[in-house]
Amino acid sequence: MKSFISLIIPLCAVLLALMIGAIMLLSLGANPISGYVTMFGAAFGSLEGFSETAVKSIPLLLVGVGICIAFRANVINIGGEGQMVMGALLATAVALAFPGLPSLMLIPMVLIAGAVGGAFWGSIAGALKAYFNVSEILSTIMLNIVAVQFMNFLLRGFMIDPAEVARGTGIPQTMRLSENADLPILLEGMRMHLGVVVALLVAVGAYFLLWRTAMGYRLRAVGYNPDASRYAGISVPKNVTSALAFSGAMAGIAGAILVFGSESHRMVTDGGSTGFTGSAGFNGIVVALLAGLHPIWSIPSALLFGGMLVGANALQRAAQVPSALIIALNGLIVVFVVSSEYFKQRFLESGRVDIVDEEDTPAGGSHE
Amino acid sequence: MNDSFAVMIIVATIASGIRLATPFLLASLGEALGQRSGVLNLGVDGVMLLGAFGAYYMVLQTNNLYYGLLVGIGLGLIIGLFYAFITLNLRAEQGVSGIGIYLFGLGMSDLLFQKFVGTPRPILPFMPLDIPVLSGLPIVGEMLFQHSIIVYIAFALVPVMSFVLHRTTYGLNIRAIGENPEAADSLGVSVMATRYSAIIIGNGLAGLAGAALAIELGIFQQNLTNAMGFIAIALVYFGAWSPKGVMIGSLVFGLVQAIVLQCKTFGVIPRSASDLAAMAPAIITILALVVVAKRFKQPAALTKPYVRGG
Amino acid sequence: MKKFNLYLSAAFLALILLSPSALLASGKALKVAIIAPSAQNDLAFTQSIVDGIKAIQKDREIELAITDGTFVVEDAAAAIRDYAKKGFDLVLAHGSQYGGSLKEIAPDFPDTAFAWGTSADTFGLANVSSYEAASDEGGYVMGVMAAAMSKKGGVGVVGPIEVGDAKLYVDGFVQGAKAQNAKIRAKVNYIGSFSDVALAAEAARAHMAAGADVLTGTAQMVVGAIGAARAKRVPWFGTQANQTELAPEIVVASQVYKWDVILNKIIADMDAGVKGGKMYKINLANGGIVIEFNDAYKLDASVKEAGMKAIAGIKDGSIKTGHK
Repeated sequence: MKSFISLIIPLCAVLLALMIGAIMLLSLGANPISGYVTMFGAAFGSLEGFSETAVKSIPLLLVGVGICIAFRANVINIGGEGQMVMGALLATAVALAFPGLPSLMLIPMVLIAGAVGGAFWGSIAGALKAYFNVSEILSTIMLNIVAVQFMNFLLRGFMIDPAEVARGTGIPQTMRLSENADLPILLEGMRMHLGVVVALLVAVGAYFLLWRTAMGYRLRAVGYNPDASRYAGISVPKNVTSALAFSGAMAGIAGAILVFGSESHRMVTDGGSTGFTGSAGFNGIVVALLAGLHPIWSIPSALLFGGMLVGANALQRAAQVPSALIIALNGLIVVFVVSSEYFKQRFLESGRVDIVDEEDTPAGGSHE
Repeated sequence: MNDSFAVMIIVATIASGIRLATPFLLASLGEALGQRSGVLNLGVDGVMLLGAFGAYYMVLQTNNLYYGLLVGIGLGLIIGLFYAFITLNLRAEQGVSGIGIYLFGLGMSDLLFQKFVGTPRPILPFMPLDIPVLSGLPIVGEMLFQHSIIVYIAFALVPVMSFVLHRTTYGLNIRAIGENPEAADSLGVSVMATRYSAIIIGNGLAGLAGAALAIELGIFQQNLTNAMGFIAIALVYFGAWSPKGVMIGSLVFGLVQAIVLQCKTFGVIPRSASDLAAMAPAIITILALVVVAKRFKQPAALTKPYVRGG
Repeated sequence: MKKFNLYLSAAFLALILLSPSALLASGKALKVAIIAPSAQNDLAFTQSIVDGIKAIQKDREIELAITDGTFVVEDAAAAIRDYAKKGFDLVLAHGSQYGGSLKEIAPDFPDTAFAWGTSADTFGLANVSSYEAASDEGGYVMGVMAAAMSKKGGVGVVGPIEVGDAKLYVDGFVQGAKAQNAKIRAKVNYIGSFSDVALAAEAARAHMAAGADVLTGTAQMVVGAIGAARAKRVPWFGTQANQTELAPEIVVASQVYKWDVILNKIIADMDAGVKGGKMYKINLANGGIVIEFNDAYKLDASVKEAGMKAIAGIKDGSIKTGHK
């Protein structure tokens, strides 16, 4: 009963949002039923569609898992976009520097480089908070701006494809990166690649980190009650910094996977971060919070969100509706689903005594 | 370069910084009010975009800029009411629902623009309103007193909000429920009503910020705000939730933007480093906060829903 | 099982050979898809290609699908793949950031014709064409006229990031201005963003404060700069589309892209069975770039003459623009 209600109420919220979306579709002269059939068919209706969905979910899951760690330490990381960019840049630099290395070495190297780049960017915000009392909300938002400009600087300067300079076309992109760094495709003829496995492993790893290691205990303790942690001899500044470093590392891996698992196998900028990240740095926050800040529950949460994005793009192509509708609809779904949490709690409370899960959200975080 | 030209350029740069700071200031003041009462709103940018489109469309239809501002504020108030309902009554998680509002505003403003306007059409923006006597002053006159009315409104709101927050019962209530809602409640302050009002007014200001932007620029297009709303949120933390602090933050960010632009124009910053220079507002804002290193504390009840007896 | 497959393919083959649609292929509507980063009515880059196809639609039946607002590069890649899979005849990837993806996708669909721009690279693939605009030519003409108009001896340019088509236009403009008046102060401000409208407006004001009395700019955020110029009645030169509507009082002329010139060639090649492998460029000489004057703007005859002379010089090759 409990799990049934936990499932049915958010689903009702999604349905309600979709109904409003249907009205919007109608007003644009599109058939909502065939529209939604297209949408869900494209995302989950075939192995190929599911493969697209899985690929789309990778950055969402990785950023989301990072958010789980940060928020549990009571650190609000809005810097996913910048951390993805910095991770991708370092990973790309490594691939450009060592194109000849065999895949078995190069792929782990670029993934680690991504993690290091993201962790570095995250730990700047962490250190600023821990040692200078600079709010991480401020620093992560500002560091996103810095990362984007740094990307533009590198991609039209040091890292630009020499052929673009020679042709005079000057497209701000790297050359096609070494094939040795291509993430291997898992299913012949489909998009699903090794990144899916990496993301799943990271999610499981984050679960173990948080609940099976001393470090994870300290992170959660700092988030749950910083004062008590201090008395217990846990360094709050150190753990705040490492929470943001971990969170950034996951986003950085996401950035690296976006580069080496992309169709183009290179990094390109259109001047902003969204063109590269697809806003995964923000959407990952939604994924994590919908999953109750639990790394494992983030897996289905990311798949749902990824599926929605894949389906929305398919709907845009099939019904020729503006992509703006899809963005607005995504927003509605997010709002409705978080609001439905209240009704879920009400139903659950009315039935039985609430079961307090040791893995529930921290008091210092967002719930009462 | 002679002295009078240099002075003129400096004056123009500062005036430019003040204009750039205005939308940040309006949105940050609104966000600060909401946060003071204990509610975080990450959806500022979405509210700004809807306010911007509403104002733009109204002016396009009526040619009346003040109607435009009113529509911008009105849309902000409506979204504020909705946001208050979901975060206060339904106790929705504030971080996520704010992102939902952002996405909704981002998509919806673009969709409405495409459906009702399509190709960008200009509107006539506010003409600068010269303050009598003061605008005639040398240097200061052009720097501070030859702006559009929106700029004056924004900066006038700073002392108004300081006064309300620190000198009125209502302000005291807001601060009290942001720190300790249980205690405030026990003293007979309605947590619900106070938070409702703070959120609604705060979002109204975000709507006004968007309207101000669209009217100042005389145009609307997809994602007009370019994530200004997120910077406005950051500036609330810079200003430590005080109207004056928020104003200083907005001015720092806007002025650095203006100075960088002017330096690029004169070639002081080489073209090859233009992207690096564009980082300056963000970096200097962080550094300024590090240097000032105020020991401030955020409202203790921020992001925590209030349940009576809970 | 194998046998069954054989029967099936034989049946399919027969169907295809006998089907009237195969015989009438040249008569049926051409299916064209456009994938573009901004809105299809943006009065700029994306609108120019949509207008190009619409111009061809007057003479020929074309089934057009548009996926606009696709600024996420991976989403564009998925769209390119999907349209190719759905059997579109021509897929236009209208954004230089899409090229890397197209290079990897096009070999999977040898029967589909792809074109992308702005660029000059077909990746050596037989089914990919590239197209670019010699925006340096229009920029040069505008620069000549701007310098001829300027009374204070200063012109200003608002640019996004120093890359691609924007860089080409800006460099052409500066070159033209200097050619007209060697002592002109031609100042360029790359604001570091394609989307910050407010910053673009202030960049235009900074130029004006620094003594520029004629302005231009490129990319979608310049709507802000145009507004700022309009408030001070400072003349503006537009590019990528006719920007007169945005400020009828101050827009002197606009460089307009007529992509139908090369789209017609690409489609003619497709009719002849050639799916790509060619690089195209629109310019003043082939009519793909047109300078459209705003009739409402009272332009000095000598300025227009200088512009026309520059156009003629570029067309006959006596004036060289660009980097090569």
